[in-house]
Amino acid sequence: MEQKIRVLIAKPGLDGHDRGALVIAQALRDHGMEVIYTGLRQSAPQIAQAAIQEDVDVVGLSSLSGGHKALFPKVVEELKNRGADDIPVIGGGVIPEEDISFLEEKGIHKIFTSGTKTTELAQYIQGLIRGEQV
Amino acid sequence: MGNDFNTAQKQWQEKMKKTQVRFPERKETFVNKSDLEIDPMYLPQHEALHDEYMEKLGFPGQYPYTRGIQPGMYRSRFWTMRQYAGFGSAKETNQRFRYLLDQGQTGLSVAFDLPTQIGYDSDDPMAEGEVGKVGVAIDSLEDMEILLDLIPLDKVSTSMTINAPASVLLCMYIAVAEKQGVPKENITGTIQNDILKEYIARGTYIYPPKPSMRLITNIFEYCAEDVPKFNTISISGYHIREAGSTAVQEVAFTLANGMAYVDAAIESGLKVDQFAPRLAFFFNAHNNFFEEAAKFRAARRIWAHLMKEKYGAENEKSLRLRFHTQTGGSTLTAQQPDNNIVRVALQALSAVMGGTQSLHTNSRDEALALPTEESARIALRTQQIIAHESGVADTVDPLAGSYYVEEMTDRIEQEVWSYLDRIEEMGGAVQAVEDGYMQREIHQAAYEAQKKIESKDDIIVGLNEFQIDEELNADLLKVDEQLEKDQVKQVQQAREKRNQAVVDDILNQLREAAKNPETNVMPYILESVKAYATVGEICNILRDEFGEYTGA
Repeated sequence: MEQKIRVLIAKPGLDGHDRGALVIAQALRDHGMEVIYTGLRQSAPQIAQAAIQEDVDVVGLSSLSGGHKALFPKVVEELKNRGADDIPVIGGGVIPEEDISFLEEKGIHKIFTSGTKTTELAQYIQGLIRGEQV
Repeated sequence: MGNDFNTAQKQWQEKMKKTQVRFPERKETFVNKSDLEIDPMYLPQHEALHDEYMEKLGFPGQYPYTRGIQPGMYRSRFWTMRQYAGFGSAKETNQRFRYLLDQGQTGLSVAFDLPTQIGYDSDDPMAEGEVGKVGVAIDSLEDMEILLDLIPLDKVSTSMTINAPASVLLCMYIAVAEKQGVPKENITGTIQNDILKEYIARGTYIYPPKPSMRLITNIFEYCAEDVPKFNTISISGYHIREAGSTAVQEVAFTLANGMAYVDAAIESGLKVDQFAPRLAFFFNAHNNFFEEAAKFRAARRIWAHLMKEKYGAENEKSLRLRFHTQTGGSTLTAQQPDNNIVRVALQALSAVMGGTQSLHTNSRDEALALPTEESARIALRTQQIIAHESGVADTVDPLAGSYYVEEMTDRIEQEVWSYLDRIEEMGGAVQAVEDGYMQREIHQAAYEAQKKIESKDDIIVGLNEFQIDEELNADLLKVDEQLEKDQVKQVQQAREKRNQAVVDDILNQLREAAKNPETNVMPYILESVKAYATVGEICNILRDEFGEYTGA
């Protein structure tokens, strides 16, 4: 049997809006993935540490506070510092279109904005992980 | 029984007269465009219906307040138009406030940034990337002085969305008012101060529930004596709804939280009528128009019942559920954002039909960023159009007697009571929060809602139907990246300017006060802010003594 995809869903920074993060965690579970949710107010080092400890295939970041430009790249950096830059990072939340290319340049694989279907997200992750493992 | 009706009607007339001395009706006679006169309210014609009317509705301004808390509602005064604003620095926000007041807004509402809301100074490592983003950064009294510069605090009422550090920001507000020559007995406004919904839905908690409840009762007690016109709490369903709850859950969990605060205050030795008149509520208005209007009416009836029957309140003011409404942020779409103006108008209308005391209308671009000045103005104009052009404010509770609305009001009430019973069986709201019960219920509802959107059982215009190819978000408000650096400098300079010995001394006194659960910490916090101790310094003292909450 194929191993389950493991996902870490994390809320970097001080933002307390976790409706989206929780809904996505639940939806990915319904798509057969194992999902670990960090809870609120995680620092970049904590998130990177959790990703490694939990041996996840992908990290999903959620932010609605406008802090994404500072916070998302830091997680990528912290993963790199720990030699774990093979774990792809994706993000979502309230993120203006014009910030997306900046975040992609900083190593975030993809940004999903408001209105994305959870099935679309699940398919993307499946493609991303299978693609990289082959 | 017909007597009851007639007596109540007479009482209503007398009350109307009395109220009009202070708040005369907006017009001598109200007429519509056909020149037909509009009565202050309309009643069931048949005597056979009077008993049921008295039991379920009552006259406006009378128990159980289903039709509204004042006898004439908006015939005298419109609701307070209160737009939540705040971003970046105190100076910028002060400019936005003065702009909004110039545009006819009638009250202020302050949004604080996340570090302020969680009790971190702008130069704290935890604050990095978040300074000034979702609201204004306030570190020391100096920032508060700038924020409120040239705003007359004896005339303007101010609502502050602040919870865990509510005591600190209220003390800063008192201190600025005193500097303006306005005594604290005269200031008006609201602090949100509702920590339970932070654990449930909003996330800006600091301390564990028990010491948090103590801080809240300390504020109740202090304000009952010293700041009698300030609303000491705004018990909020707004964020519970935004987190995904249903309308019924919004009311049920909010009122359950309200009961927990009442219980805590009574336990600390206060009498219910000492603090209950200063309790305020804050609800959401979503898209299902009649459900929302019915929800507000049901909430008022349940609260009146609770306060009278369960808590034995005698002061009429304790029985009245006064509330602020904000339209539903989570109903807005990033796609075709101008459509949001229409959603907001419908939601705002439901709040007015439901008898709200004040209203914030969201801006069309809030699914994307903080609102631009233009978007904020359209949002305010939406309220002004409802107030001045639609005529809906010319008669009290116009939906009363609608078979549909009355039935929905009753059904919502029943569902809320069964939640309240369940929560009581669990040991009350504090226990239910600690067990994660409400969080799970809300999350389940949020997930179901998402599935309905993805399966198109629910159509969201522009999102899952009627889509267009569009260029996304052209003109958004951007918070200057330089701001965080400036604010860090500002707080560091503020610390250098002050008399450190005085600060150390008062912070030590605060620590001792915090250690003793019988002591009210408010006077110590007030002296601390006057000495220019920062939000972070004060909250860190309390963190040391109270500990930090880490989740259910």
